[in-house]
Amino acid sequence: MAQPCAVIGVGQTKHAKARADLSMPGLVREAALRALDDAGLGFGDIDAVVIGKAPDAFEGVMQPELFLADALGAAGKPMIRVHTAGSVGGSTVVVGAHLVESGIHQRVLAVAWEKQSEGNAQWGLAGGRSGGIGAGGAFAPYIRSYIERSGAPDYIGWQVAVKDRLNALKNPYAHLQLPDISLEKVKESPMLWDPLHFLESCPSSDGACAVVLGDAGAAAASPNPPAWILATSVRSEPSTFPGRDAVRPRGGVECAHDVYRQAGITNPRQEIDVAELYVPFSWYEPMWLEGHDIAGPGEGWRMVDSGETEIGGGFPVNASGGVLSSNPIGASGMLRMAEAANQVRGLAGAHQVDGARLSLGQAYGGNAQYFSMMVFSSTLER
Amino acid sequence: MPANDIAIVGWGLAPIEARSPATEPQLCLAANLAAIASAGIDRHDVGFTCAGSCDYLTGGPFAFVANLDAAGAWPPIAESHVEMDGAWALYEAWVRLQHGDIDLALVFGSGKSSPSNPIELYPQQLDPYYLSPLGLDPDSLSALQARALLDSGRATERDLAEAAARDRQAAQGNPHAIVSGAEDADTLLASPYTAPPLRAHDLPARGDGAAAVILATAERARSLVERPVYIRGIAHRLDVHQPGMRDLATSPSTTAAGRAAGLGEGRVELAELHGGSTAQELIVAEALGLGGTTTINPSGGALTADPVMATGLIRIIEAARRVADGTARRALAHATNGQALQHNLVCILEAD
Repeated sequence: MAQPCAVIGVGQTKHAKARADLSMPGLVREAALRALDDAGLGFGDIDAVVIGKAPDAFEGVMQPELFLADALGAAGKPMIRVHTAGSVGGSTVVVGAHLVESGIHQRVLAVAWEKQSEGNAQWGLAGGRSGGIGAGGAFAPYIRSYIERSGAPDYIGWQVAVKDRLNALKNPYAHLQLPDISLEKVKESPMLWDPLHFLESCPSSDGACAVVLGDAGAAAASPNPPAWILATSVRSEPSTFPGRDAVRPRGGVECAHDVYRQAGITNPRQEIDVAELYVPFSWYEPMWLEGHDIAGPGEGWRMVDSGETEIGGGFPVNASGGVLSSNPIGASGMLRMAEAANQVRGLAGAHQVDGARLSLGQAYGGNAQYFSMMVFSSTLER
Repeated sequence: MPANDIAIVGWGLAPIEARSPATEPQLCLAANLAAIASAGIDRHDVGFTCAGSCDYLTGGPFAFVANLDAAGAWPPIAESHVEMDGAWALYEAWVRLQHGDIDLALVFGSGKSSPSNPIELYPQQLDPYYLSPLGLDPDSLSALQARALLDSGRATERDLAEAAARDRQAAQGNPHAIVSGAEDADTLLASPYTAPPLRAHDLPARGDGAAAVILATAERARSLVERPVYIRGIAHRLDVHQPGMRDLATSPSTTAAGRAAGLGEGRVELAELHGGSTAQELIVAEALGLGGTTTINPSGGALTADPVMATGLIRIIEAARRVADGTARRALAHATNGQALQHNLVCILEAD
């Protein structure tokens, strides 16, 4: 049987278009040292290091964790490098949690990062070939299909774009700080990939995130409250084939049901207090609410429209500002887990959801084909 | 070390060639289908899948995504991927099986080295600030390491040639070997240097290939095969990256991994070592304390067939094959990641 595991430390960098003040080792170290400080630990207390990032071509270094290991105190320890496309930050925490849950290690440092300013993500996303359409170009047809299927009005995407940027104003680490954001500004911003406007898209960011995972003993000894991990799950499915539902991918549905089952959740909309979902383009908020059976078909956009997903609403989503406000790609998935964990620890600062006890973290990647999900709780027993 | 015994119950290899006409997903599919067939399982019974590969070999970001087509990912599967040799994918799957809620895992490692030029590629695997700009290619770095070993007085150029002769002679019996030969050490020593003190036979024959393994919990393993090959211990450790910050003639991470894997608990009858040069093979053997009673590289080892990112996993397969067929009761497999033996994994395999 799996041993209990908790997030006992969380750290992240200030995310920005270019962290020209930091090298790659400096970037990961900034996040790692903050996570260790939160956990009251030093590098010497860590048993193993798990590192995740999106394609190496984004920075132009093959297996960069081999040289980053020196900056993360990994020498003499086991190190694992995870890569599962955009979901990788989430998968990296899952791999780290399994090292603790299996009883192999007591304290694991998981780090995810991206330094997008070192390269050209559009080139990377195109597989290094010309004619790339970018992630927005890949997802826009799915979004269009969702709109047609659900009958959602066009302003739903603008609402998500505004909500997440207003939330980001409460998050000192968020890349985008847009105090004068408005529905009108989103609507009037350039159309990038119909129906996605410029302000409905995520930025390109430099940033890193780190979490310290610990067993029951480590959690008891840590100075700050733990976020107990009640569930972990990953799912993958092929990029495309005739008949695949790319709007509501089966892998996402099954991954969600797997974590609900593990955590004993029968009504996610009622029971989960706050969710951090990977929403790189505004419409993915209602799409994942429905794609993870938090909302019924056609109900996701109504949750957005009614304000239910705002801080203070019945089901707050991305209180941190989400991927729409900071997107260091490889770290974006871990930021979802870290923010969800901090909510149940009561350590989310100005974007804390009052009384959050149960939270959901989710990341997705590839052609909406890779999923990683976790459920966090303020108590080991619900 | 957790208590749950996990066993290897099947494996498969795609043809290993210097330049394969197959795509990487095709190689993965061949290996995966062979592994599933050899274990006698239904792919739908696999509870966790883990892959190991490296985008940079083919130069295509997200190259690993295409390999998913060879993993039987419909209906969707619980799957993960490491940007590392498949030996580390096996490690992750072994960890996952410790949870006890699933009983079968599929692991595969794959790589196509033929599309890229190693001299251009591997400097990009080094520190981009201090090492990559030097253009330090893997043959030159291996030569520096070999020189450090020779200068330590613990090995001679003849020792290197004898290791190469041993590997190449053993490879004559391996259908997956890219190079092999019956030459003795004297003949090999007469060949010209590639990167002094290393000659061509001291360096790996890189190529294209894929390998796959089926892991099972002990209980499931006993229902599938007569003689399960148990993973009695598996561990890995990393050394610092900067070659100037460590003694290249030794491999403390290999020693630590061997200790953590329980190497000291009994004699190892044979060992498959993943050296990037003959000098690395000697350094690893010494770090693990492997003496004259252990047969080294009965398959011909990594130097005679190096499908990068599958090579380490193949060491585990070649050791497991010989435990399964009764050649050995206790065997060791070693895998390495990165340059100059930076990161090392040791796996101890046993029959009952």
